[in-house]
Amino acid sequence: MSVYLDHNATTPVDRRVIEAMLPYLHEHYGNPSGLYSRGRYARQAIDTAREQVAQLVNAHVSQVIFTGGGSEANNLAVRGAVPDLRRLAVSAIEHASVLESARAVARQGVKLGFIEVDVKGRVTEAAMDMALSSQPQLVSVMMANNEAGVVQNIEKLAAQSRAYGAIFHTDAVQAAGKMALDFESLGVQLMTLSAHKLYGPKGVGALICDSRIELMPQMVGGGQERGYRSGTENVAAIVGFGKAAEIARDELVVRQVHLSSLRQSLERQLTLMGGVVIFAQQAMRLPNTVFLAIPGIDGETLLMELDRVGIEVSSGSACDSQKIGPSHVLLAMGVEESIARCAIRVSFGRDNSESDVTSLVAALKQQVEALQSASLLAWV
Amino acid sequence: MRQPIYLDYSATTPVDPRVAEKMMASLTMDGNFGNPASRSHVFGWKADEAVSEARQQVAALINADPKEIVWTSGATESDNLAIKGAAHFYQRKGKHIITSKTEHKAVLDSCRQLEREGFEVTYLDPEPSGMIDLAKLEAAMREDTILVSIMHVNNEIGVIQDIAAIGEMTRARGIVFHVDAAQSAGKVAIDLDKLKVDLMSFSAHKIYGPKGIGALYVRRKPRIRIESQMHGGGHERGMRSGTLPVHQIVGMGEAFRIAREEMELENKRIRTLRDRLWSGLNGMEEVYLNGDPQHGVAGNLNVSFNFVEGESLIMAVKDIAVSSGSACTSASLEPSYVLRAIGRNDELAHSSIRFSIGRFTTAEDVDYTIQLMKEKVDKLRGMSPLWEMYQDGIDLNSVQWAAH
Repeated sequence: MSVYLDHNATTPVDRRVIEAMLPYLHEHYGNPSGLYSRGRYARQAIDTAREQVAQLVNAHVSQVIFTGGGSEANNLAVRGAVPDLRRLAVSAIEHASVLESARAVARQGVKLGFIEVDVKGRVTEAAMDMALSSQPQLVSVMMANNEAGVVQNIEKLAAQSRAYGAIFHTDAVQAAGKMALDFESLGVQLMTLSAHKLYGPKGVGALICDSRIELMPQMVGGGQERGYRSGTENVAAIVGFGKAAEIARDELVVRQVHLSSLRQSLERQLTLMGGVVIFAQQAMRLPNTVFLAIPGIDGETLLMELDRVGIEVSSGSACDSQKIGPSHVLLAMGVEESIARCAIRVSFGRDNSESDVTSLVAALKQQVEALQSASLLAWV
Repeated sequence: MRQPIYLDYSATTPVDPRVAEKMMASLTMDGNFGNPASRSHVFGWKADEAVSEARQQVAALINADPKEIVWTSGATESDNLAIKGAAHFYQRKGKHIITSKTEHKAVLDSCRQLEREGFEVTYLDPEPSGMIDLAKLEAAMREDTILVSIMHVNNEIGVIQDIAAIGEMTRARGIVFHVDAAQSAGKVAIDLDKLKVDLMSFSAHKIYGPKGIGALYVRRKPRIRIESQMHGGGHERGMRSGTLPVHQIVGMGEAFRIAREEMELENKRIRTLRDRLWSGLNGMEEVYLNGDPQHGVAGNLNVSFNFVEGESLIMAVKDIAVSSGSACTSASLEPSYVLRAIGRNDELAHSSIRFSIGRFTTAEDVDYTIQLMKEKVDKLRGMSPLWEMYQDGIDLNSVQWAAH
């Protein structure tokens, strides 16, 4: 049995979530726009899910717009939040869906600025001030980074941005379900969520949007989601998202305690062992994420070696894993390219246990030792 | 007999149990839940294989190359991507687009958005049969026309357009041809090796697959280009970013496989039921058929019951689930724009009901529906002063209504 340690890429769907979804495929399959009882039943199910998702992040139900996933929600925020967008600033470590949609609008003439991060992967107050001095109308900084797991001080950054009159978007795809989120007290206007990172199904996400934002829809025709996102609602997946959000809220503390104990155990053992670099270790991070490298072993090679012994990790974002190249997050943190190339990401999930940590440590130890004896041989 | 009886298969369909089973196996830890973009481990590879198989199944139904299939979140996204994507890519060649007034809102609203960006759009009026007059289409084509978008089967009246002929016209002029096939796939044979269609939109939930998944066919030979409307990890060869929802994709693949194998037999059965329904309703007075069933898709029957208001009729026949038009617009009480476009007056458009028959409809369902419709229409007409005037032989068009 293999050990899955890539929960930041995707998570298996919780049994309870599947149970909640199933009836919406077979029995309650109506189109929520239908006026008859089957249609109304589907509509009610969506309303319930909207409440569950709103509660996960302490938002109002009217602020939840369901989308086809996190990428779509990020695209909608970047392209739709400001009617006449001329200046935009995003952090250098954003997910590809923010970076690429930002570059797409830049090709259409929008002035795009990148907000730098420090060596710990954090957007500092000074970097934010610098970015704001060019008066962007929209700022996007992710809540927690998918690769390094670094958590930003969004409340403070949003307040800074507010003082300049900029609209603030945060991609909270990786944060939701792993840390408490409060849309209202964070003071952001837009927040992206995804179901499949928190034991919900793929193919559904949400953009939480302050009602004062005049959001311009990117997908039109039919007028679903109050006109902000057309297309027949993915009822079963939305119901699954709602259930997953509810469970995530109920079990948040238990999960956090479990995940951080696994992370601490792994990091403690790796430190003792030596020969391993842990990125952004001093920063506030997600409880489940360890971004590490064995300098001297290429990340791709290392993860193939781990895969041979049944341990599944990734070399960074799943979305970019077709591309070969060092992590843009590490480069933005000022990590040398030669070390960045060695990075692998370990992301724990609910079902992992201490024995998974033991297996991983043993496998890494073997790699480090092999490397050391190889370099000794080279020395002789 | 199961009640309420579902006769709204054009709005959405239940997921076929065979489809649901395959979907479930793509969700859990012991199943195939991985992210197909994860290239580094077996969970990702297995998910990627499942996606490839589904891509082949979808391509097989329409005789296309699997590499020509781009996954989307549904036909609405496919329509948006095709129309805005092609218009943006080819805008240097021209800024004129031709479509018809009876297209789905996803096409019409995408065109409206392009108009605001400076494109010019010609909206063709269909003939009373619902068909597009090819001579009128040809007359509308200009030097700067870059895109024609005509749906294959209309969602309200079920009429099938001659997309083979339109394809010849567009290809000869180097115009990109998009077809919304959300209502036709699995109901009408589609051969993209022969049809000169460049872009085609598909939906899963109209043919017993799940909601929230669709596809856009993008022709490779000759190669058609579109500008991506959703950016990110560069999935789907850069045309559509976002983590692929494996369970949904697997479900769509299975639904298309079943459709390919069972379409012919199923169509025969459904057509018989549809004809049975119409012959039952046709006995009533002042009943009008919208569209031309002989040239239409098997399961669709759109009927206007004169002197009865459509929404009240739907409420009166609660035991059957039908709609007064497209589901997407049924929340609004406007009369169907499709029926208006084929020349129906407001009264008849307002009194229309769309019955759509599907895989799980039985002869008993149809017979019950006929009986219920007769009963309720009679009852509603009994309360209608207009019906009384009509019965008395008064020509309602000659009545001078006094203002209150």
